[in-house]
Amino acid sequence: MDQRDASVPTISRISPFRASATTFGALIGSGFRRYATYRQATIAGTFTNIVFGFLRCYVLLAVAEEAVGQRPAGYDAGQLALYVWVGQGLLSVIGIWGWTELADRIRSGDIAADLLRPIAPVTGFLAADLGRALHAMMTRFGPPLLAGAVFFPLHTPARWQTVPLFAVSVILAVIICFGCRYVVNATAYWLQDARGPITLWTLGSGVLGGLYFPLRLFPQEVAVALWVATPLPSLLQTPLDVIAERDGPALQAGLVALQAVWAVVVLALAGLVQRRAERRLVVQGG
Amino acid sequence: MGDLRAYAALGTAQLRSATSYRTSFLVELFGNMGATVFDVVTVLVLFRATPAVGGFSLREAVLIVGLSSAGFALADLTIGNVDRLKSYVRAGTLDAVLVRPLPALPQLLLMDLPVRKALRVVFGFVVLGLAVAANDIDWTPGRVLLMALTPIAAAAFFGSIFVISASLAFWWVDSGELGSAFTYGGRDFTSYPISVYGGWFRGLFAYALGFGFVAYQPALALLGRPDPLGLPAWSGYLSPLVALGAAALAAVVWRTGIRHYRSTGS
Repeated sequence: MDQRDASVPTISRISPFRASATTFGALIGSGFRRYATYRQATIAGTFTNIVFGFLRCYVLLAVAEEAVGQRPAGYDAGQLALYVWVGQGLLSVIGIWGWTELADRIRSGDIAADLLRPIAPVTGFLAADLGRALHAMMTRFGPPLLAGAVFFPLHTPARWQTVPLFAVSVILAVIICFGCRYVVNATAYWLQDARGPITLWTLGSGVLGGLYFPLRLFPQEVAVALWVATPLPSLLQTPLDVIAERDGPALQAGLVALQAVWAVVVLALAGLVQRRAERRLVVQGG
Repeated sequence: MGDLRAYAALGTAQLRSATSYRTSFLVELFGNMGATVFDVVTVLVLFRATPAVGGFSLREAVLIVGLSSAGFALADLTIGNVDRLKSYVRAGTLDAVLVRPLPALPQLLLMDLPVRKALRVVFGFVVLGLAVAANDIDWTPGRVLLMALTPIAAAAFFGSIFVISASLAFWWVDSGELGSAFTYGGRDFTSYPISVYGGWFRGLFAYALGFGFVAYQPALALLGRPDPLGLPAWSGYLSPLVALGAAALAAVVWRTGIRHYRSTGS
């Protein structure tokens, strides 16, 4: 085993902030290393992202070709192509699908070990998830974007603030997505088996997050309602609209601000759910 | 007879285990149907922005997505779970399947029969029915037969793709999501008129891999529309043959894979 695993520092009484920052950093590192071991799966997943990129890009471009004014929902062809390919790259960075670790640990009773640690479960899992996202950003974000740039004309961001805003937006999206997945998984505290809520999440997050088609294709009232009333458009639609420069500078920044609000709300909710669950938790097993 | 009883026992055991957490099962049942609903909703939403996609109207496009969804849902229910093969190979649990006196593939399928996907099939066929009603099809005996055969051929084709992509795990355990590019990717490809796709990509998926014959060509034959891409009118009637070819290939790949399999050992 890696020796660093044994030397993760714990929170000390002398300098509590620095110690917890070190712990958080060490957990991010461990999350990164965990995913860095699945090299072949990373390659296979990237290939799949690229195939789906082609499928979605061709369909949306065909829509643009015959739409009125060739700008469906206010995107031109280059923006739509960028929307699709950045979306394929972000899919595994945000990590919408496939995280059932918390639910599995609750069901098996392993969660008891997590509760004994000197760090709150929400914080610990968040740090590991940030490490995972960092790994995905370094390995899985680039290739689809490159494939898209080779085969399709992509929109090039024109404003100076677009790329920094996009970076902030992606970090917020990772946090929001983690918080949502945490809450969905945490239903296992009450249901024992979280498959149902996870299915609903998988379903809703893809469509209402903007993966299959830009949410602007919905009637405007529906799109606005989704944005304000649910965190889902903040997962993919917001970062993608930011990088594609779909809106003016004010709305572009406003959408990111809305994401920040959702990040706070969702993390607070995750913390609340965790505390409620701890009060009634009966660990499974003998 | 004994074989059948054993299969029935495997199937009912699966049904019992799936329904033991009743709330979760019901949510999953409707959630899975929702996935197919959203595939169709996506097509409807895209048509809000445009009167035609790839030269096809909404009615015609719904016939294509209906054929594809019905076939895919049927294949996903019966054969789709074979894609869990890689976790069996990794864990070595495939050994337990191989030592039993029953063929491996049916056992694997019944051990994991995803009952939760049942409503998808119902929904897929409802969409297909509505699409047939919405289009003005000039029924001839040939078209009636084609209509009856196409969803089954599509299911056989998708089933073969599921088996072939799962067999990849015999050679490459860490193939991860690679298979999804062709199973779920194939479903997405067949959900739209293939005239929307660009040159080499269409050539690869539609003709080299055969996905063009799942829904697009049969839909053209049913509608009596000439193919804007230039294939002759009778090519829609090839879909059962293409499905048979795919099934034969899948059988060969599966057998080779099973022979190639070496257990992980201890």
